Amino acid sequence: MSLILAQFLTGLADAAALFMVAAGLSIIFGVTRIVNFAHGSFYMLGAYIAYTLVGRLGHGVLGFWGAVLLAAVAVGLIGVLVEVLILKRIYHSPELFQLLATFGVVLVVQDVTLWIWGPEDLMGPRAPGLSGAFEVYGARLPQYDLALIAVSLAVLGGLWLLFHRTGWGTLVRAATEDREMVAALGVNQGWLFTSVFFVGAFLAGLGGALQLPKGGADLLIDLNIIASAFVVVVVGGMGSIAGAFLAAVLIGELNAFGILIYPGITLVLMFLVMAVVLVVRPSGLLGRPEGAAAGHGGEAEPLLRPSGRFGRIAWVVVAIALMILPAFADDFTLVLATEVLIAALFAASLYFIMGPGGMVSFGHAAYFGLGAYGAALLVHYLHAPMSVALLAAPIAAGLGALLFGWFCVRLSGVYLAMLTLAFAQIAWSVVFQWYDFTGGDDGILGVWPAAWAASRGAFYYLTLVLTGAGLWVLRRVLFAPFGYVLRAGRDSPTRAAAIGIRVTRHQWFAFTLAGVAAGLAGGLFVFFKGSVFPDVLSIPHSVDALVMVLLGGVRALAGPVLGAAAYTGLYDWISRLEYWRLVLGCVIIALVLAFPQGLGGVVAALGERLRRPPGEDLG
Amino acid sequence: MKTMRHTLTALGAATLLFGGATQAAESIKVGEINSYSRLPAFTHPYRQGWQLALDEINAAGGVLGKKIEVISRDDGGKPGQAVKIAEELTSRDHVALLFGTFFSHIGLAATDFAKQRKVLFVAAEPLSDAVTWAKGNHYTFRLRPNTYMQANMLAEQAAKLPAKRWATIAPGYKYGQDAVADFEKLLKARRPDVEFVAEQWPALFKIDAGAESQAIARAKPDAIYNVTFGKDLAKFVREGKLRGLFKGREVVSLLTGEPEYLAPLKNEAPQGWIVTGYPWYAIHTPAHDKFLAAYRKRYNDTPRLGSVVGYNVMKAVAAIIAKAGSTDTEKMVSAAEGLTVDSPIGAFTFRAIDHQSTMGAYVGRTRLENGKGVMVDWHYANGANYLPSDAEVRKMRPAD
Repeated sequence: MSLILAQFLTGLADAAALFMVAAGLSIIFGVTRIVNFAHGSFYMLGAYIAYTLVGRLGHGVLGFWGAVLLAAVAVGLIGVLVEVLILKRIYHSPELFQLLATFGVVLVVQDVTLWIWGPEDLMGPRAPGLSGAFEVYGARLPQYDLALIAVSLAVLGGLWLLFHRTGWGTLVRAATEDREMVAALGVNQGWLFTSVFFVGAFLAGLGGALQLPKGGADLLIDLNIIASAFVVVVVGGMGSIAGAFLAAVLIGELNAFGILIYPGITLVLMFLVMAVVLVVRPSGLLGRPEGAAAGHGGEAEPLLRPSGRFGRIAWVVVAIALMILPAFADDFTLVLATEVLIAALFAASLYFIMGPGGMVSFGHAAYFGLGAYGAALLVHYLHAPMSVALLAAPIAAGLGALLFGWFCVRLSGVYLAMLTLAFAQIAWSVVFQWYDFTGGDDGILGVWPAAWAASRGAFYYLTLVLTGAGLWVLRRVLFAPFGYVLRAGRDSPTRAAAIGIRVTRHQWFAFTLAGVAAGLAGGLFVFFKGSVFPDVLSIPHSVDALVMVLLGGVRALAGPVLGAAAYTGLYDWISRLEYWRLVLGCVIIALVLAFPQGLGGVVAALGERLRRPPGEDLG
Repeated sequence: MKTMRHTLTALGAATLLFGGATQAAESIKVGEINSYSRLPAFTHPYRQGWQLALDEINAAGGVLGKKIEVISRDDGGKPGQAVKIAEELTSRDHVALLFGTFFSHIGLAATDFAKQRKVLFVAAEPLSDAVTWAKGNHYTFRLRPNTYMQANMLAEQAAKLPAKRWATIAPGYKYGQDAVADFEKLLKARRPDVEFVAEQWPALFKIDAGAESQAIARAKPDAIYNVTFGKDLAKFVREGKLRGLFKGREVVSLLTGEPEYLAPLKNEAPQGWIVTGYPWYAIHTPAHDKFLAAYRKRYNDTPRLGSVVGYNVMKAVAAIIAKAGSTDTEKMVSAAEGLTVDSPIGAFTFRAIDHQSTMGAYVGRTRLENGKGVMVDWHYANGANYLPSDAEVRKMRPAD
């Protein structure tokens, strides 16, 4: 009995900070439709700033709670800064482009925090007067846990009052439901968005500051909390505060009790829950289905045309340059080029479902990883030759995509993205924990290419041929009737259904094809590196693909290729510097601000300009 | 918009231009790879250690009449990135050998790379047993006492305790699993009567310490074996104390005595835990005094265990090249086998049978003194005494 009570209250206390972060994220997404990757960074800044303020203001009651409040306000102001300086300029960019900017912010905040507060983990101060524990029925309940629960309930109540009893709250609820209408009614959108960002960031900072006595401050809490926050927001339903609270409590309790039954379950439990909830209730527990009008916030998608003469010439020139590269490049340049090619195939496969398919995937690394592990396992257990393994990789990935895709295509928008994330995490944790078969995080070693492809030049050609083939297949499908149907389903699902197109079936096949292409990239990757580890299936790897696609823009197939080249090259060059994350983050933000249509869009615009110089008619 | 674009492009070009400038002087280049951005708390002291050693070596004339130049790169915590950097260091920079890495999986990726490309690799920090045993190879050497050795040191102490019922808590990845498996095996060999009544596997750096403490307490163990480290350890200590988990129970804890993990706990450092670590404040050998003075003078900071590891691996690398008389890989491998190197914490040898060094660790009890955690009643456990038998090692190593 005492154990159950103790675990129950522990679960609630854990849910408290998570709820606050998730509530902030939900509010921001509900109104601005921005998937704010930097929300975890706000949480981290809240913890660090509160730590410093407690040091300044002292450890008394006023000092501690004052520091917490001030830290939250400070983070709220930082959120406003981010919104005004960066996000405001890119609201009209294609959907999810703002995600890229927030990703840049995450990198910048990581290095700035390291620079200001140093590399060591900081142990949080104890809350004054609340550092002991109550004895209840033989269970020891920490006083601060109870205080946290009380505070989170107060925040929940406060938010309810804010949204249901103030004018601002009414505007926010209206904007969550229908942003266009609110703008049409004359509400100042800019001011509304900024204030929403303040509240969201404030909540995240508050969560970070409040968890200080429990978890301290360190440089990894931003990435740790953001995945959990996303899960909670999605499970609860986007834009629903009560849903976020419910989901946070659900996940906190399941974690607390889950470890009593199966100690290793913490890795994957919340993603399993999310997958189950999304399959059963596609809009989360208390969420509303996204309206048909909540499609693309930016301009209409231009017609995807086969590249004109300029485009074709460009592709041919690039292909020739790549083919003769080994003649005048040194070994490492070939290694880098191979890396770029594999990344390009991976990014192109994600582009295929994101651009023409209109399905955003946050878990595309799962298929890359399934392909990689498929090849590696065949080599490790059956000593299969490289050709067989390279054939098996896309098949393994395709099977996975077939299975996961069936569930994913039943959803749309961010819910689809989060379900792909859930499946990717489930795949990751299976690979990670099944160490008897997959080697766990010791990975599989010794997967090197066959003798004829062992030299860097030979392997480069192999990669070039396979990547080229993959890209060519994707392009053919894109301009085949299947591709047109896919785009029809993206642009107007109701109309497509009305003329008899089975949109979901096409999306499912597209998802599978994308998985096959990603799997091929994964197979090449294994032989390229000689080993594979579970991190190829991890969230950061999916994010890498996302960044490459967004960087390149979703206008044309050249986009992901350019994005992959740019990102891989940038990363390779910049990661040699001391504070490379700061530099890379700034570069990404700069690119986002300067080229809101992505790099592919720049090239496309250039192509337009060359095709028809202004004021001249080539007719 | 156009001006902004042009300004940004110019800024971008300027940023990219300050890539490192390479030295053109005649020197022996060695490559170093570590997870500097991912784990700065541990890799910063480590870098300070090897930089100190490098300066000492070069000030004394270098090796083979040339200075040593270290090309150090950050792998960002990704094995794929580490392999790419290793490729660049070997093919473009033509380094004589590679050393470093921290995470076990990156260490393993580098181990495999060394085997494939036939380049010498001296793993500094990775603790995974596999680096020199299950996945060991001719070209890989490892400095730190591995998980088996340290678990053995602790099992030796644990066997002296009256405790019969043990609970374990370890991070849920290979290092944690190996640490628990090794400890269980080694303790049971000494004390067949012990039983392991509970085990918890919190996700690395995501521990739910309150729930974990309660789960362990439920099993009513006599003693606890703890493998958590870093902030997991800090949370576990705080929440465990709050819930009375450690009252009347012995705790045996891996790595906790290292200043990296003990110092951040400040006045909440646990009392009486049996730990492996590095009590730099209490070691008074001439070699260590000299090292401590030099380190403090240069960095105005106290050393961590990472500092010693960095210092030792740099000295080992120089010693290998010096003994080999050249930078030919096969000569260096032969030179390294059986090589003994002096260090601030005593001499260590790279065994020929598995290329594992006999560097040891300090074992003692924790105590709170002047608001800080320290190790007391400690002794230095020489790694050579805590290795499995040669027959067992040969069985574990893959046939070369």
